Amino acid sequence: MIPLSWYVILSAALFAIGVVGVFSRRNIFILLMSIELMLNAANINFIAFSHYLQSLTGQIFVIFVITVAAAEAAVALAIIILIARNRGSVYVDDFNIMKG
Amino acid sequence: MINKLIFLYFAVVMIVSAILMVTRRNPIHSVLFMLLLFFHIAGLFVLLNAEFLAAVQLIVYAGAILILYLFVVMLLNVDKESAAARANRYWPWMTAFGILVAGEIVLLVSRGTFPANAGQQPMRLASAGVGALGTELYTKYLLPFEIASIVLLVGLIGAVMLAKIKTKE
Repeated sequence: MIPLSWYVILSAALFAIGVVGVFSRRNIFILLMSIELMLNAANINFIAFSHYLQSLTGQIFVIFVITVAAAEAAVALAIIILIARNRGSVYVDDFNIMKG
Repeated sequence: MINKLIFLYFAVVMIVSAILMVTRRNPIHSVLFMLLLFFHIAGLFVLLNAEFLAAVQLIVYAGAILILYLFVVMLLNVDKESAAARANRYWPWMTAFGILVAGEIVLLVSRGTFPANAGQQPMRLASAGVGALGTELYTKYLLPFEIASIVLLVGLIGAVMLAKIKTKE
């Protein structure tokens, strides 16, 4: 069967792609989707370990992660709508109004 | 053997669509590549005997969250998109950092001792399936379940309050 380390390496690759997306893109939608990508990489790890340890705890945890991701997406998109309405831009470079 | 081939197909499509998602200029294309990625993650969940979570992944992530993204991307017109730079000026450093993080994890995994024959046996029938998952969720994890419902309620109220147009009195 499939070794557990393959799943871990796959989720590490997805997580690293998400990190690069968060740190290097300017469009705020793609930043948020990169965060979702990182959450999904963690979910793959949870379910792979839950399968290989014969325990359901990992799957329970994935349900909570999906719940938090849904709430986060709703609030974040509301904030994006507000910022875009106020500043007329969806680029994070234009939002750095809080720096000193 | 066939399982390894299926896993490799899922892994290759997932990584390619993730890279395309991060690099596309148009956010709508990114959302559609994310949709492809979520479908393949659901397939991977089925491969890991998590059928209920595969369905949840498709319904909640692909069906609800991504469609919400798609709506907001389409609501805010991003017509300046084709002219603007897609990455900030630090992106080569950040890409090198990401490759460093991934390489570090791969190095740790390759030096670690995972049981080579783990997963040979399918999950025991009594401890698998939606019924067992529901029993676990509603007995042992009842308090976190209720807290998750409060988190959803706060998210709902917060989104409504934020997106409401302020009326000047």
